[in-house]
Amino acid sequence: MRRFRAMIKKEITQMLRDPRTLFFIFIMPILQLMLMGYANNSDVKNIATVVFDQSNTAESRDLISAFKSTEYYAFDYIATSDTQVNNLIQGGQAKVGIIIPPDYSSQLAAGKSAQVLVLIDGSDPTIASSTLSAAQLAGQARGAKILAETLSSRGSTLGTNASPVDVRTRVLYNPDLLGAYNIVPGLIAIILFQTTVNLTAMSIVRERERGTIEQLIVTPIRNWELVLAKIIPYILVSFANTILILVIGTLWFQVPIRGSLVLLFVLTGLYLLPNLGLGLLISTMAKTQQQAQMMTMPIMLPSMMLSGFIFPMASLPLFLQAVGYMLPLTYFIIILRSLVIKGAGLELLIPQTFVLIGFSIVLLTLAALRFKKSLD
Amino acid sequence: MESEFLLETHDLVKTFGALRAVDGLNLQVRPGEMVGLVGPDGAGKTTAMRLLCGALHATSGSIRLAGYEYPGQIEQARGEIGYLAQRFSLYGDLTVKENLDFFGEIFEIPEKERQQRSADLLRFAGLSEFAERPAAALSGGMQKKLGLACALVHQPKVLLLDEPTGGVDPVARQEFWQLLIGLLRGGSAVLVSTPYMDEAMRFNRVIFMNHGKALTQGIPRNLMARLADRILELDAEPQMEAKAIAASDPEVEDVHTFGNYLHLRVSTAEGPTTRIPARLAEAGLKLNHLYPVPPTLEDVFIHLLETEGAGYG
Repeated sequence: MRRFRAMIKKEITQMLRDPRTLFFIFIMPILQLMLMGYANNSDVKNIATVVFDQSNTAESRDLISAFKSTEYYAFDYIATSDTQVNNLIQGGQAKVGIIIPPDYSSQLAAGKSAQVLVLIDGSDPTIASSTLSAAQLAGQARGAKILAETLSSRGSTLGTNASPVDVRTRVLYNPDLLGAYNIVPGLIAIILFQTTVNLTAMSIVRERERGTIEQLIVTPIRNWELVLAKIIPYILVSFANTILILVIGTLWFQVPIRGSLVLLFVLTGLYLLPNLGLGLLISTMAKTQQQAQMMTMPIMLPSMMLSGFIFPMASLPLFLQAVGYMLPLTYFIIILRSLVIKGAGLELLIPQTFVLIGFSIVLLTLAALRFKKSLD
Repeated sequence: MESEFLLETHDLVKTFGALRAVDGLNLQVRPGEMVGLVGPDGAGKTTAMRLLCGALHATSGSIRLAGYEYPGQIEQARGEIGYLAQRFSLYGDLTVKENLDFFGEIFEIPEKERQQRSADLLRFAGLSEFAERPAAALSGGMQKKLGLACALVHQPKVLLLDEPTGGVDPVARQEFWQLLIGLLRGGSAVLVSTPYMDEAMRFNRVIFMNHGKALTQGIPRNLMARLADRILELDAEPQMEAKAIAASDPEVEDVHTFGNYLHLRVSTAEGPTTRIPARLAEAGLKLNHLYPVPPTLEDVFIHLLETEGAGYG
């Protein structure tokens, strides 16, 4: 234990004396948060949608195809209850829920206005704002068509002031469509990715580059002591960063934390594992800090672009989506947005949690197999 | 089984791809003995040192150190090895004392003893007054001394020093050797690699190494005796022309410039000492002196490199 303690003490002393590392750890996250917090939106299509069609008639199916024809909605899920609609949105599988009431076609037949409820996940304002206007347009288009058919069959223009289809939209979680709701949780994931992968790889490669590893490996220090002592300071830093971003996010950008903080920290801890594994793996391959940085790049870039952090997954071509789904970050972003913004509990985040466990096992095993206490 | 050697290797081989950096090295070091591993750059000295300290794993062959045989028992052996790498490899951002404390703690020396030993080593290395200075801010000589102090903190039986005096001024070098001589009295075994022949005279024994192999070994004085009466010193002007004339003599094997003089290695001294003055006079060159001088280790080493594999050992 003394060896291990000595090693950790050394790591923390070195970390606190290196201005570059300190900047990376504490200033970068704030800069990124401030820059990204004001990021802009762009247009999206094929948004995962759940429909709960209680009417289940020719008329209701016509309405669904009217939504479909806008190309904004991909009807991936069919629900059988309101709760199911809610859970799919809260868990992040669906972004939009369309609820058609049981009396939809009877209301229309009676010449009355039929209400349709469209729920929109506001935690991703990019998606939400596009969806919002598309839903209203689809409703109006369908309504106009019904109206025209009715008119031609009756040959009359009487009593037709109101649109027969009344689409009521409700943006969930983020009614004002604030960009920060999307950015703040995503940024926690991004920053943790940067600190853990980068700094873990760097702190080991630095020993190799400066030659200090040569003196270290001739001591009786064990492999696991060396690795854990390298990792633990960055685990602490990661949690400090998470708290820092949450505090700034809440106080400055007024992003609410709706889920359980304990669950947030537990899942954050889980997310750190594949990243640390990746950092270690890079450290076994790179000889210089520059090489390590070059090796992080090809992972860093897709992580920023393809994880759903900046561009919604749905807006990407399929093969880029496939790349995105190979990154642990993608799953953690879903977890964070669901948890922080929508208040989702673990029961809704089980698939993502298992994927992260899988990544952890694979990456840590690979790193452990490759990490050797030797100059070879 | 107790061996008379604290350190011995058996047919040690280390290859990097096609390169055989260490190629069947056999060496032994006794307690209280300081052995020099001497050879040109690229001879395999550093690789050999790294194999001995367990920083690299041998491709084949074995090492026995203080009763431990490795690769198998390398972790047990580490407590008996003090290693000073060629490059400065302590933590530049930690202070002198923090470096020493760190290695003391890594070797799990009981706290009270460690404190005492740190203080002793700082005094021994003459670094007491620099204890709070970052290691990166020390001079080259002081860094080497700190390296030595850190390598000694766990009182190892075998000390492996890879070019410990490279980039160190002569005064600091002298101090460094004095520190080592003190250690030998305590029964440690010290193996030092160096490319400097003048330093090799300090060793109890030298091992000449080239192309990953030990060419020959012995007590420096005995090695030099092999070339007794075969080195002539020539002082003639102009030197360039004198060199050409000397080199053309059938019994001169090699000519080297040594400051203002030329050193000739001859197969026998008699012929050249009569022929060369005559030829210099013919060419109208001025001869100041030509007489035998004691060979240096450098002469021996150059001779060895040129006649490599020709029956030495």
